[in-house]
Amino acid sequence: MTIRVVGIGNSDRGDDAVGLLVVEALRADPPTGVELLTSRGDMLALLDQIDGADLVVLVDAVVSGAAAGTILRIDATDGAVKQQLSQFTSTHAFNLAEGIELARSLGRMPGRLVVYGIEGVEFGMGQPPGTAVRDAIDEVGNRIREECKCTKHP
Amino acid sequence: MTERRQIKIDYMARVEGEGALDIVIDGGKVSDVKLKIFEPPRFFEAFLRGRSFREAPDITARICGICPVAYQMSAVHAMEDACGVTIDGPIRELRRLLYCGEWIESHVLHIYMLHAPDFLGKHNVVEVANEHPEIVERGLRLKKTGNAIVSLLGGREIHPINVRVGGFYKIPSSQDFAKLAEQLKVARDDAVATIRWVSGFDFPDFDQNYELVSLSHPDEYPFNEGRIISNRGLDIDAREYHEHFEEHHVEHSTALHCRLKARGNYKVGPLARYSLHFDKLPAPVQQAAKDAGLGATCTNPFKSIIVRAVETLYAVDEALRIVDSLERPERPFVEVEPRSGTGLAATEAPRGMLHHTYRIDADGNIEFAQIIPPTSQNQATIENDLRTFIAPRVALPDDKLQWQCEQAVRNYDPCISCSTHFLKMTVERR
Repeated sequence: MTIRVVGIGNSDRGDDAVGLLVVEALRADPPTGVELLTSRGDMLALLDQIDGADLVVLVDAVVSGAAAGTILRIDATDGAVKQQLSQFTSTHAFNLAEGIELARSLGRMPGRLVVYGIEGVEFGMGQPPGTAVRDAIDEVGNRIREECKCTKHP
Repeated sequence: MTERRQIKIDYMARVEGEGALDIVIDGGKVSDVKLKIFEPPRFFEAFLRGRSFREAPDITARICGICPVAYQMSAVHAMEDACGVTIDGPIRELRRLLYCGEWIESHVLHIYMLHAPDFLGKHNVVEVANEHPEIVERGLRLKKTGNAIVSLLGGREIHPINVRVGGFYKIPSSQDFAKLAEQLKVARDDAVATIRWVSGFDFPDFDQNYELVSLSHPDEYPFNEGRIISNRGLDIDAREYHEHFEEHHVEHSTALHCRLKARGNYKVGPLARYSLHFDKLPAPVQQAAKDAGLGATCTNPFKSIIVRAVETLYAVDEALRIVDSLERPERPFVEVEPRSGTGLAATEAPRGMLHHTYRIDADGNIEFAQIIPPTSQNQATIENDLRTFIAPRVALPDDKLQWQCEQAVRNYDPCISCSTHFLKMTVERR
């Protein structure tokens, strides 16, 4: 059973760091049998990070208009979630939705793909992440731990 | 008394970020075309002032996530020029190898992910992958070979950290190079298949009369050193750059435009390199270009996608040549001592010539830095292309015109590719 958690974000762009911080928090007490990875948002590299796994959990900042720190969970395994995924913004050539759809087209999807989004509001260069997203880190971490446990012991 | 105000702009950004395109069509005629770059100034040249000359390759690598090696190479060559040092032998070869990695990464990303969808009538690479997953997989495989070279020699795939003035911090092991050679052999087949694939696309007839500018080396396809030449008689040393070229500000762009003082607009990049130096490509690469229907020159910017594929094959072959004949240097770098002076150098980034100028003091502190990237040199030519391209197509509906204009901008693989892929374009008809 291969389980991976990938935190996506940029540590120098305010709330965008939250995906990385969730993985950092998990590393403090690493869940057994779970690979913890990070990504700066290169979707082509992400293809390799999700390839061949039974479960992949992605964590990233999201902009949907909700209150800062709001947690969003999307099961992207079966598609038809493009609209929801389009809320994940990117400063790169491809956003998360395109990255996932590309993986689907290429038959590189993991057995199950869950995406956690944490609503961000401040993405200024060189800014630290705000209190609201920081407050959500532990809860998202715990939910991911449960997610991984359930997969190992269905 | 009339108040006289002078607005002085001391800082200009020159690279990547967000772009827009405004076209005005007046009574059926194109009256204005503006490629707008409104990325905020990034101050890199100011950051460099006061830093050690040894930091330039690491700081400038941060300018671009797609072509950091180009920035590092122009920076180290310029610093070595300032310090009166010339690097040759195996370290020079390894620098070329690193550059090959970047050309492969960057060209393949643009060919497969950004430009090919235009020719195939698709909105993005996901739509291409839906129909032809095996083609997209080939592109990803090929790009990975470029990544592998940059990782191996640069220490990591993006913003490499192993380059220093005088050479490298560490040279990989012979076993690592042997492994790379195996990967490159597979990449060669993929590169040939890429040329065949893109040469089958449909191209509009759009040959243009450009002044083409690139580096020129007596024996090598332009890469990391040489004089600066053009098809209209320019032939200068990189040190003479500022005597012949000048930057100027246009209101609609935060990236400075650059022009030849004598003749104005010019073009850098794959088409320039190819058309000026076809004879320096190895015979098998020349043959692959001919098989793809190219002549010894190419002045149709839409066919730049084929030229990029040809240059990708060249980079794979050059990388193989270097790896096969490599003698590991005794030391990874040559010690470079600073001296007060000015250093100028240009290398060929994937998108075209990238010129750096530095002035350093006797302790090696940077007093002045000027960086002129290829996209800023091509901006005016991109606008010219668009004017010429749109004129016979004004009758097209806006959505079709927009599609074709975006494609025309992407011919240049501008370093604002990320944003020009979602180019915001307005067409105003009066």
